[in-house]
Amino acid sequence: MSEYTADEMMTVAAARALGEGMSCFVGIGLPSTAANLARRTQAPNLTLIYESGCLGAKPSRLPLSIGDGELADTADAVVSVPEVFNYWLQPGRIDVGFLGAAQLDKFGNINTTVIGSDYHDPKVRLPGAGGAPEIAASCREVFVVLRQNPRAFVEKVDFVTSFGHGRGKGDRERLGLRGAGPTLVVTDLGLLRPDPETAELTLTELHPGVQLEQAVSATGWTLKVAADLKTTPAPTEHELTLLRELKKAGE
Amino acid sequence: MARVLSLGEAVAELVHDGDTVALEGFTHLIPVAAGHEIIRQGRRGLTLVRMTPDIVYDQLIGAGCASKLIFSWGGNPGVGSLHRFRDAVQHAWPVPLEIEEHSHAGMANRYVAGASGLPFAVLRGYTGTDLPAQTDTIKPITCPFTGEQLTAVPALNPDVTIVHAQRADRAGNVQLWGIAGVQKEAVLAAKRSLVTVEEVVDELEPRPGAVVLPTWAVTAVAEVPGGAKPSYAAGYYERDNAAYQAWDEIGRDRGEFTKWLNDLTGVKA
Repeated sequence: MSEYTADEMMTVAAARALGEGMSCFVGIGLPSTAANLARRTQAPNLTLIYESGCLGAKPSRLPLSIGDGELADTADAVVSVPEVFNYWLQPGRIDVGFLGAAQLDKFGNINTTVIGSDYHDPKVRLPGAGGAPEIAASCREVFVVLRQNPRAFVEKVDFVTSFGHGRGKGDRERLGLRGAGPTLVVTDLGLLRPDPETAELTLTELHPGVQLEQAVSATGWTLKVAADLKTTPAPTEHELTLLRELKKAGE
Repeated sequence: MARVLSLGEAVAELVHDGDTVALEGFTHLIPVAAGHEIIRQGRRGLTLVRMTPDIVYDQLIGAGCASKLIFSWGGNPGVGSLHRFRDAVQHAWPVPLEIEEHSHAGMANRYVAGASGLPFAVLRGYTGTDLPAQTDTIKPITCPFTGEQLTAVPALNPDVTIVHAQRADRAGNVQLWGIAGVQKEAVLAAKRSLVTVEEVVDELEPRPGAVVLPTWAVTAVAEVPGGAKPSYAAGYYERDNAAYQAWDEIGRDRGEFTKWLNDLTGVKA
């Protein structure tokens, strides 16, 4: 087995979560890398949907932005932006929304707007919502991928850009949100899933070589750990080779 | 009927201080040259509208052209943050920038309402987020048929919308293909519009999937080859990714940015 980085483990674990034949609304960066790796491994018929209006994109290299020409050239259909949100996302036609985050809290709420408690005088102004609020609300389920550290994994996000599970189980239903919300969070240390009783994110898998203490200290709340904590299978030679080819071709 | 003007004439005539101005293009066909012309002509107090303010908006904001931004995602796609935008929001440099913040779905629907001649649009969005508390143009609405609680957003009707396209004919009919974003909606929603094009041709070749804006829906066309660079124009040139990365260095520093601005406007340092 070759050496691999924590980021490579994270990307491979995220790719494995995407099943064959699913449709996936993809954000740029890690989600896009993972979704394109999934198409080259266990899910060749994964349908990739990008908010630029590219439906069923089959890029031969990693796109550098959601509007990369490669996505339009290889798509089944290129539609307008109002159409992608109104006809394809809003009615719940898409299986998985794959999102990144600047901050994530213990109920899977996502912040990509501001760091700091004052919206008008933020410590850091982030890019904002983009397509994420409606992706988080409308896809059948949501996977989130981000690096785990106490700045990103906070008890409560400074700003709810995209709704996860609110303050606990039942909040989504009360608000009339249709999708199941975040069902999986993939990090460089392991995997978290919402507890079936409380919807609080719970560590269910650790990546090989990561100590439980690392994951606990990288989390800004008292991290719950599943009774049957598992170890993620390490990336295979095949997965690593394909991922590296993909990254190289994208440079 | 659209008039074929030079870029300088078109901006002088169509873009005024204090206007609400939309420059659209979803990664593809961004009207960068037109944005630079607005900077050169020194417009002030603009309300800039755009779903994805990227580097041309970073440049307009840094140059002090804008007093307000209506948007849904402000970043340098594939690279990182917009530092001039951040500096204006966090430190009011060079002038304070008011923001009106939406999601993509909200912005797209605001243009659709504007293009449709309706006062507002309805969407199933924003629920549970903190955006409605910060943005006056997001309001709850009850469906008169089912009683369902939905979201209303008001129409966007810019004073002027500027987009870039591949071609126009001499009569001013515009052809645009590839990723079409919200360009058509943004043009139809606006009081006035300018389309910069790669080339003006005698006759448009019919093209499957091409969005045609008829001449009577457009105010002016200007021939500006390369007018979308460093973004791209399908069929003409590719995205200059290195330029987007290079902008990160320039935009990060007020001094570097000022040098860039002086070069653009021809001011001797």
